[in-house]
Amino acid sequence: MFDAVLNGLSGLGAGVANLHWSNPIMIAVGCLLLYLGIKKDVEPLLLVPIGFGAILINIPLADLMGDEGFLRTIYNMGVANELFPLLIFIGIGAMTDFGPLLENPKIFLLGAAGQFGIFLTIGLALLFGFDKLDAVAIGVIGACDGPTAIYVSSRYAPHLLAAVSVAAYSYMSLVPIIQPPIMRFLTTEKERQINMSELTSTTPASKATKIVFPIVVTIFGGLIAPNGLPLLATIMLGNLMKESGVVSRLTKATENEITNVVTLFLGISIGATMDGRAFLTPQTIMILVFGFVAICLDTACGVLFGKAMCVMTGGRINPLIGAAGISAYPMAARVVQKEGLKYNKFNFLLMHAVGANTGGQVGSVMAAAIMLSVLKGMGIIP
Amino acid sequence: MDNWTFGLTMLIVGMGGTLAALGALAVIMGLLKKIFPVKEESN
Repeated sequence: MFDAVLNGLSGLGAGVANLHWSNPIMIAVGCLLLYLGIKKDVEPLLLVPIGFGAILINIPLADLMGDEGFLRTIYNMGVANELFPLLIFIGIGAMTDFGPLLENPKIFLLGAAGQFGIFLTIGLALLFGFDKLDAVAIGVIGACDGPTAIYVSSRYAPHLLAAVSVAAYSYMSLVPIIQPPIMRFLTTEKERQINMSELTSTTPASKATKIVFPIVVTIFGGLIAPNGLPLLATIMLGNLMKESGVVSRLTKATENEITNVVTLFLGISIGATMDGRAFLTPQTIMILVFGFVAICLDTACGVLFGKAMCVMTGGRINPLIGAAGISAYPMAARVVQKEGLKYNKFNFLLMHAVGANTGGQVGSVMAAAIMLSVLKGMGIIP
Repeated sequence: MDNWTFGLTMLIVGMGGTLAALGALAVIMGLLKKIFPVKEESN
């Protein structure tokens, strides 16, 4: 009888007895993510499920990521097969208005320049000894686009998924802190004061153009980068549903219910990959550093490209809008508007910045699609 | 393929490809706006 009680008590203490040194640290990290999400309102829709998932997976013996674990079931349901990021993309497409971009299509180029950091960071990661596909997964943090980063890393470097997704979402929320110093460093005060409200070359896009736009992007992008077609097609499908206006029930469902459910599953699955034994490594720290560098390089390249466009248009483009050429929507556009107003209180860059920002959304997806097709062409991926 | 060649290829083809693709899209969108002008809708 006494032995039975002792055995029973030892069963109750097994969880504590099996704690690895990394588990309490990761539980603290999970709590920190919860704090940031709940108290500081930093990407709460993601950080709350990610933080909670991180806590769950670091409780020993629960085996939630084992073959029968419910977190493993959710992970296999949509992260291992890249379904969740694609479903989220349909919602993003349904929520995005490409009108400001279509008003001035030249701004598309800023969306391309805002992705250069991806490719520069791949080179840096390779220099620091990362494997080719690992370097690609790290570089894609620079897309500043969570679903794209998750799609690429879950497919080609699943062991880096946790670090890459945490870096991608953390830096996206830090855009208002990361970008302004770079923008100020790379521009003169005179450039920052350029008023774009007099830009006459912009004309509004018709409804027909807005409907044809997602179809053209899908066909064009799919033909040149077929490996990235799922990324392009899903965001464009969402946008086509929104602009056509004939499937409002589907549009609302993708904007709300589907995106919300998938965000929950995606967040908790990402958290579930943050097992301390695998996460607390020097490699994770390097990934976080490279992710930061990628976003700084994106911003710098965007602003420098904006400066080049400023020169080419005879000073009619404010280079600050180049910083919005990343995919962090709409934070990057708001940062540009705020910085512009600091130097010219009559300068409203918001619509131009939103155009560049939506260009960055298409740009990040296109860059990832092109990257995957180049990898396929080189025989790196099947 | 060594890392050096891979990195340079990604840099040139990736950056160039993205810029060219979005540049081409900008041109196509400009053409689409001419094909489907706003005034057509008001008529």
